[in-house]
Amino acid sequence: MSEAIRFLEPRTAVVARRATIIGDLVDLLPPECVVHEARELVPFETDAFVAYRRLPLAVVLPKTTEQVAAVMKYCHRYGIPVVPRGAGTSLSGGAIPQEDAVVLGLSKMTRILEVDPANRTATVQAGVTNLSISEAVSPEGFFYAPDPSSQLACTIGGNIGMNSGGAHCLKYGVTTNNLLGVKMVLVDGTVIELGGKHLDAAGYDLLGLVCGSEGQLGIVTEATVRLIAKPEGARPVLFGFNTSEEAGACVADVIGSGIIPVAIEFMDKPAIEICEAFAQAGYPLDVGALLIVEVEGSEAEMEAMLKKIVDIAGRHGVRTVRESQSATEAALIWKGRKSAFGATGRISDYICMDGTVPLGKLSYVLEKTSEIVERFGLRVANVFHAGDGNMHPLILFNANDPEDAARAEEAGNEILKLCVDAGGCLTGEHGVGIEKRDLMRHQYSEADLNQQMAVRAAFDPDWILNPSKVFPLEGRPAA
Amino acid sequence: MQTNFTAEQLADPQVAESEKILRRCVHCGFCTATCPTYVTLGNELDSPRGRIYLIKDMLENGRAADAQVVTHIDRCLSCLACVTTCPSGVDYMHLVDHARVHIEKTYRRPLIDRMIRNVLAAVLPYPKRFRTALALAKVSRPLAPLFDRLSPLKPLAAMLKLAPTGTLRKSDATQPGSRAPKTERRGRVAILSGCAQPVLDPGINEATIRLLTRLGVEVVVPQGEGCCGALVHHMGKEDPALDFARSNVDAWTREIEGGGLDAIIITTSGCGTTVKDYGHMLRLDPRYAEKAARVASLAKDITEYLATLDLPTLESRGLTVAYHSACSMQHGQKITMAPKNLLKNAGFVVRDPPEGHLCCGSAGTYNIMQPEISAQLKARKVRNLEATRPDVIATGNIGCMTQIGTGTAIPIVHTVELLDWVYGGPKPSRLALRKAGARAGVSL
Repeated sequence: MSEAIRFLEPRTAVVARRATIIGDLVDLLPPECVVHEARELVPFETDAFVAYRRLPLAVVLPKTTEQVAAVMKYCHRYGIPVVPRGAGTSLSGGAIPQEDAVVLGLSKMTRILEVDPANRTATVQAGVTNLSISEAVSPEGFFYAPDPSSQLACTIGGNIGMNSGGAHCLKYGVTTNNLLGVKMVLVDGTVIELGGKHLDAAGYDLLGLVCGSEGQLGIVTEATVRLIAKPEGARPVLFGFNTSEEAGACVADVIGSGIIPVAIEFMDKPAIEICEAFAQAGYPLDVGALLIVEVEGSEAEMEAMLKKIVDIAGRHGVRTVRESQSATEAALIWKGRKSAFGATGRISDYICMDGTVPLGKLSYVLEKTSEIVERFGLRVANVFHAGDGNMHPLILFNANDPEDAARAEEAGNEILKLCVDAGGCLTGEHGVGIEKRDLMRHQYSEADLNQQMAVRAAFDPDWILNPSKVFPLEGRPAA
Repeated sequence: MQTNFTAEQLADPQVAESEKILRRCVHCGFCTATCPTYVTLGNELDSPRGRIYLIKDMLENGRAADAQVVTHIDRCLSCLACVTTCPSGVDYMHLVDHARVHIEKTYRRPLIDRMIRNVLAAVLPYPKRFRTALALAKVSRPLAPLFDRLSPLKPLAAMLKLAPTGTLRKSDATQPGSRAPKTERRGRVAILSGCAQPVLDPGINEATIRLLTRLGVEVVVPQGEGCCGALVHHMGKEDPALDFARSNVDAWTREIEGGGLDAIIITTSGCGTTVKDYGHMLRLDPRYAEKAARVASLAKDITEYLATLDLPTLESRGLTVAYHSACSMQHGQKITMAPKNLLKNAGFVVRDPPEGHLCCGSAGTYNIMQPEISAQLKARKVRNLEATRPDVIATGNIGCMTQIGTGTAIPIVHTVELLDWVYGGPKPSRLALRKAGARAGVSL
């Protein structure tokens, strides 16, 4: 196992009391809500950042806010770390536990509580998957806009923790722009409500603080989200280019012209081949780079926007332009794109980067990324949200070769630093987790980080919520 | 995903195969979302990713199976929805097959569990024994509530409740021999009679034979074929499963080398998934590997074969069919469009139920061994099917027919029965019954 990223040393007093703690948790919750047998803890030792693994002390799977509150009250009283977990699809290790921690999983809290078409909101339990919100409101003509590629499986609670994005966020914004209210359990078990069904709440905007706080300020158990009316029509169009540079320059030019399609997704040649093999979506295999541009609206609106984009693409040497001809084809185009990471698993292990750069630097960063990966003797596939500069280089390596794995991590760190140095940031949507934690000093000054940690400490002075994540282990205030 | 196996462990071809499967998994978690037991129970241990991890841990450590691992593997329906969902192409089917064999070899189940499994394995695959057992079940039915109250005996209660209440009809559709085409000959196929289906519903293969012979296809019931082996295979009982497979491979090979076969027609998709896997199951048996691969390549679901025959398009009959795609059909064999296209072409209005990817809870002997989860899945499936307001439900698997049929008043028939009817055969008895019942004011 790779050991480059350290976890906090387990609290020995907590680990020593393991049997008592488990006994107490079993008393607090129904029997099917506590996992504690050694064998059964193993599948909870990691998430989708699978290179790092730590066994938890126990796993609890509460069914109600009251049960979450009871667990928090108990853990707070005895100083037991708590690691929240939605569907465990984090690519930054946000849900990886540690030896002294109780994993608090929300997978049994999957009820849609209310759909309110008049106010365009839905209120759901935190364990509801992202996609099932859209499925539930579809008969009313709505959808929930942020659409991480893992939307089939990932939960709204996890999305709030990481302030997740997705392909359609170019037009509609990320989670924080679509979240109206939450019910949240504080570290000591107090239940609070933030926001509501309206766009702005009286007093401080603590909702904005909570969204993206990676499970360190409290446990969100319910969320009220904004719904968007489904467009009249939507059509993904494939633009093939000879080179990544041309495709990158085209994206910058489209956005720079003030055109905001719903999505502009980028795939380089290795990514096209991987996704086409999985989805048979009809991606062109003879091009060097591909953009999936989705336009929506009435037929006339789509035509007008598309014409402008085709003109711009023409100036950047576009080789093929193909509109999807049917709903089935459109679905396949998106299936291929959204399965890109998993489909990469068919050919190789990978780690996925999440740096975001200003659009004017896209081509430059793509080129430098290739150089870095090549220098480490590795391969890369690029598939990402080009419209908002959110890059996802997938660094391919062999997980059974520790040296290869270490090289992949080093290359990844260099790429993320490159993004920051180009005027961008470490993470566009996956969160810091443990993966990017030790790079936070590259992004922020000491004063910046101290202020963030001060906010964190206001919610959780003893640092028991997801404690190994986000902030570098050195330089933290004494708990 | 990283794996930790020694060279010595990898010398075992089963372990080597499982290692390859595990290496493909990237632990993305997509599979959890479409897993019926995860969406029902909300515990990752009862999801594909959790099970993959449990199996990995057990195999890497060369450990015997234990009660925890067995609990979660037993809860797997083998519906293979995860295989459809997995973007990485993880071959979960063969991984869980391996795990089940490992469990059978290294774990001693509690006495009652062992007994029930042995009885099922000794009865279900043999039509005569099964018929006798059903007759016994009919008279023992009043005992079901008693068994239901004793946790280890719940499977017995489930079994009694599933047993048909009507009289069982014998059919000559299983008699070995050839059925000549009724029009100009356009093909020759073998049909799998199988084990439980001809006892529970002989009408399915009768309809198949009628339809195919009318379409000019000679249908052979080969001497010596029997259960496909799926039932015991899914219990991890590898040796008897392979014996069933070999015996069928022999029976069909005689026909392939004799009169020749264009296809081996299977009318139960659960069996189809297994027969199509014969090449893999027998890959390590040098005497059978090649023959088994040939048989597997000829195996076709009846709808897959009918789709090649260009059936005439018929006028609409205004009858709405909710099509229930069995897991073994859509996930196991990846047949999704053919049955629906055949029905539409034959003049039916076809509706897809919501959550069509979720299992109905039948899953071979699952509704007997895991009655509680199975009942929840049945209720969910029936709700989704009824939401489409159909006149009839069509499916391609006898297990689903029995399971769903005990949960709804809407008649459920095999797809081929509807096709046989509209292309000149008799009306399916369940539909005929419904009309008669409606006239007599009897609610069904």
